[in-house]
Amino acid sequence: MMSVVDNYLPVAMLTIVGVAFVFIAFFLSRLLRPSVPSAVKSDIYECGEITIGDTKIYHNVQYYLYAIAFLIFDVEMIFLYAWAVQFRELGFVSFVEMFIFIGILGIGLVYLVKKEALEWIQ
Amino acid sequence: MTQTIYDNIVYLLSLVGISFGDSIVPKIIIVLFIAILILVEVSLMVMFFTWMERKVLGHIQVRRGPMITGPHGLLQPIVDGIKLLTKEDITPKRADKWLYFIAPLIVFVPSILVFIPMPFGQGAIVSDLPVGILYIMAISAISPVGVLIAGWASDNKYALLGSLRAVAQDISYEIPMVLTVIGVVLITGSLSMQDIVLAQGEKTWFVFLQPLGFIIFLIAAIAEMSRIPFDLHESESEFVAGFFTEYSGMKFAFFFLAEYAHLFGISAIMATLYFGGWQGPLIPGIPVVIMSVGWFTIKVLAIVFFTIWLRGTVPRVRVDQILSIGWKVMIPLALLNLFITGLLVAGGVL
Repeated sequence: MMSVVDNYLPVAMLTIVGVAFVFIAFFLSRLLRPSVPSAVKSDIYECGEITIGDTKIYHNVQYYLYAIAFLIFDVEMIFLYAWAVQFRELGFVSFVEMFIFIGILGIGLVYLVKKEALEWIQ
Repeated sequence: MTQTIYDNIVYLLSLVGISFGDSIVPKIIIVLFIAILILVEVSLMVMFFTWMERKVLGHIQVRRGPMITGPHGLLQPIVDGIKLLTKEDITPKRADKWLYFIAPLIVFVPSILVFIPMPFGQGAIVSDLPVGILYIMAISAISPVGVLIAGWASDNKYALLGSLRAVAQDISYEIPMVLTVIGVVLITGSLSMQDIVLAQGEKTWFVFLQPLGFIIFLIAAIAEMSRIPFDLHESESEFVAGFFTEYSGMKFAFFFLAEYAHLFGISAIMATLYFGGWQGPLIPGIPVVIMSVGWFTIKVLAIVFFTIWLRGTVPRVRVDQILSIGWKVMIPLALLNLFITGLLVAGGVL
């Protein structure tokens, strides 16, 4: 019988190995690479032009709309996974119930599209 | 219970007379060894993919690709690695130092973690997690966070816009992708990757049972891997190099590595979900483990070849087109696929 620890020990171990690999590679590269910093070199690269203004300004609200719409559907999908695994036991009634749920979300998606919330305006 | 790589190593050790009870130290050493094995395997595959991409693209464009380093340029990836290792690593003075440093880490580590529940062959799986496919989807959703951090920390307008676009695209296509996977889960009734492969041995490859689902998954997968025609965030003509414009040296190398590890990961998921994973006709006389790993590798390479072929053939799609296809076509189609699959499973057809 495999325990939870046995199952997830490789996940923890591979995380450690992956992080260690990145640090070892950075360290090796620090030993090998040249380092000749200069003012021009550490400037922001914007096609050779001198950077104008600040980068951290207010952004288009568009990005947040995408994020919120994504969040709604992502949470929905967690329900769907639990439902899909047990689907054969739950039977046809659960199918109808689930699609009433999806239908309500679908109305939301239609509303988003009609409101042009998902148009890319630039 | 599924046989794992760990079980096989313990079995091989017991053949040469080494055995241990429930002590924890040898167990951790073996798991550590497996983790390093996975890292090496992914790195080797990534090196092969970069070589293959150059070669295939070269031949598509009636060139020969790299020819000088080794036979047919086979040593090219090693030379590239040495070049990146010895290259100067510049941190822009306006950048957020810590976030700038940590972003490649956040992008790279999840891209190798997806291989934990991946059945490479019969008995060649690191850990058959009961939540397999859900784990993979959850882990691969971490990378966009790293991408956003990279764009923000660079303090470069191109990098920031590139990362915002990349994340918008990633999250838009994650929904149809995860929705189509539910179709497969409905048929198998299990989230474990090994069970999904075995179910395809009993029935048939899911690409035949889920044709619509497969097409949606393929398109979404190409968008998730950010390959042409959906490689917006690094469209050179608009954004220089997208979110890693400012990165150089080893930090750039890790973004590069993560991108190809992602390509490997998603191709492997596709092979497992829709093409029967490691299953294939066996040749008598050759051990099953070797045959199954061979079949799996062949399927993955075929999918990778397809994406490279696509890159050599089709032009890039515009950003507003990509996002409106994602929300207005892909998600309704994915829901339709779920509806049909659910009906068929409830009706006892599948």
